[in-house]
Amino acid sequence: MTELHLSPLNSRHRDLGGRMVEFAGWSLPVQYTGIRPEALAVRSAGGVFDISHMGQLLVHAAAPGIAAAALDRLLTSSVSRLKPGEGQYSLLLNEQGGIIDDLIVYCLNETTCFLVVNAAMVDEDVAWLTRHLPEYVELQNRSDQFGGIAVQGPQAAAWFEKIQRDAGDPQPAVLPPRFGILDLPRRTGPFYVCRTGYTGEDGFELFCPGEFLGLWWDAVIEAGATPAGLGARDVLRLEKCYPLNGSDLTPERTPVECGLSFAVDFSKPEFIGRSAVLQQKQQGPAHRLVAVRQTGKAPPPRHGYAVFHNETRVGTVTSGGMSPVLNCGIALVWMETGHHREGTDLMMEIRGKRFPCRVVRKPFV
Amino acid sequence: MNVPENLRFAESHEWVREETDGTVTVGISDFAQEKLTELVYVELPETDRQVTAGEEVAVVESVKSASDIYAPISGTIVEVNTALEDDPTLVNSSPWTDGWLFRMRPDDPASVSQLMDAAAYENMTAE
Repeated sequence: MTELHLSPLNSRHRDLGGRMVEFAGWSLPVQYTGIRPEALAVRSAGGVFDISHMGQLLVHAAAPGIAAAALDRLLTSSVSRLKPGEGQYSLLLNEQGGIIDDLIVYCLNETTCFLVVNAAMVDEDVAWLTRHLPEYVELQNRSDQFGGIAVQGPQAAAWFEKIQRDAGDPQPAVLPPRFGILDLPRRTGPFYVCRTGYTGEDGFELFCPGEFLGLWWDAVIEAGATPAGLGARDVLRLEKCYPLNGSDLTPERTPVECGLSFAVDFSKPEFIGRSAVLQQKQQGPAHRLVAVRQTGKAPPPRHGYAVFHNETRVGTVTSGGMSPVLNCGIALVWMETGHHREGTDLMMEIRGKRFPCRVVRKPFV
Repeated sequence: MNVPENLRFAESHEWVREETDGTVTVGISDFAQEKLTELVYVELPETDRQVTAGEEVAVVESVKSASDIYAPISGTIVEVNTALEDDPTLVNSSPWTDGWLFRMRPDDPASVSQLMDAAAYENMTAE
């Protein structure tokens, strides 16, 4: 086994009693005090997550608009429509329309775009982008230079203001609007503040070199944020039906099947995967990623469990868990079309026994 | 760690307490519940089931994982802790008492003494 990447916050996690696990080649805390209390703290006030594992890519060209136009041929969203300081959720597809990665793309300025990608996909994304970007567009993998934290919850914006104020900054920065990015360069490098997250709560994500990260981590905890681990992050995103790449999203599944057509701009004349996805959109997909909730007392749903209609297997759980907010089992299920409608009652098989469940509207919470 | 001295232990972290009526009560150790993290579901065996030492008899599930519980000795399941159906976290909050899992009637009462004593178990988990 290769050596695990250590976050700049590694010693802080250990001091806080974090239970360290391997995730996408990184050693990160799955929890500190408990997944449930941490998740509930994020929903009620706010929490802070280490997201140093996330990948950061810069795409740059000498002339204005060129980098964005090049990305428009590789990503599903309309990158050229972004003004400096704006971002959007987007997908990287293969020729068959399957999802290689989901990511957030920001327009930093007229010549440079910033991509935040999944940790496990950095190498693959870089290889794919390198292969398909024109040679006059430069791709830089900055993942090693950036650490990151996500501050999430209804109090997150107030904490950001308070930290600025307490630092005595005469011109305190203001958080950008949703999906926006603010560059507050420090002497030692970039300092990006993004109004984004993976919990469905308001909040921001900071990406900067490790030394500043620790100061901000300490400051948001001082302001009231609960340190929260990967476990809370996973169940919070599941409650909001945000898909997880590698579990819910795979290179065999398309944005139409996964309910991500909102991230696809079909008005663009060309991007990799467009014709396959467009054809599927017109014909209707054979499978759909749907939200399923358990309707009785049952073990929590887990990846791989089968879902039945009478004696016919019609679906497979791609992500599952026990919702701290709803106090019941919730899952994303790869379901045959025809059984995907809200209100459809089905059975989930767990260790040979069947438990009732129902297709419900997204998101769960 | 506080390991009650009147209990016996299996290597798979189940504890066994001998009761005055000849049955034994089975639970999992404080060490085990701490490793498992907060439980969200406990699947208990049927009563009257005959089990062999080492057989999977129950499943405890945390948010992240499902873990098997093994019969520490051979015997018959005579009672299960139904309170865990409503509150599986009893296993976390009181692993030695209210969080017990099931009671068994041993096939051979002497089999309990072949399990580890508290000192041996403490040694095993101290590493």
